[in-house]
Amino acid sequence: MTLLYFAWLRQKTGRGEEQLSLPADVKTVSDLVLFLKKRGGGFEDAFADLRRLRVAVNQDHSGWDTPLRDSDEVAFFPPVTGG
Amino acid sequence: MIAIRIQTGDFDIAAEIAKLDAENTGAVATFTGKVRKEGDLTALTLEHYPQMTEREIARIAGDAQTRWPLLGVTIVHRIGRLLPGDKIVLVAVAAQHRHAAFEACAFLMDYLKTRAPFWKQEERGGKTQWVEARESDDRAAGRWRDK
Repeated sequence: MTLLYFAWLRQKTGRGEEQLSLPADVKTVSDLVLFLKKRGGGFEDAFADLRRLRVAVNQDHSGWDTPLRDSDEVAFFPPVTGG
Repeated sequence: MIAIRIQTGDFDIAAEIAKLDAENTGAVATFTGKVRKEGDLTALTLEHYPQMTEREIARIAGDAQTRWPLLGVTIVHRIGRLLPGDKIVLVAVAAQHRHAAFEACAFLMDYLKTRAPFWKQEERGGKTQWVEARESDDRAAGRWRDK
């Protein structure tokens, strides 16, 4: 799967994009967040408060309980501030 | 007819309105968002999620079309580094009558602010800071939910 990080999430995680094989115990976005937090460092910091974060799965705004497949594109970002 | 563009360069409001003008247009409403000249703000840099941005804006524009009888919608959003006074976004709506044009224009802006994947970073006194989302923007978008 493809993971994308935007705005301060990109800065805290130190990357804008990465490829990841869907880990066996990751069924939903929430599971993926727990998996990423276990990396520690910038990831733990970036995902510390989910209220400050939003997620899109395959370019659709999605919830934390969204089921995931290995072919998915998952983007993490702060609430949007365009316009 | 929906036209959506994401670009680094400036846009010409009059030219955009001229392109939008359908034969039976009776009303065109436009909104232009600009970088405010305030305090020590020296620049605003806009980042977006390229694969999602146009899709999400098209969805928002499609939603507006189901709510009001619109003849045309043009949305231009700039990205990159902008200076105080620069234009950021244009929403232009053509309809037969003014209420549809005014309301759809406000609706589109409220939803762009809360759904389109853009993020602003401010430069103040040599330091950069991400702009926080405002609850008032969520409330503004929320007012259309029951309509």
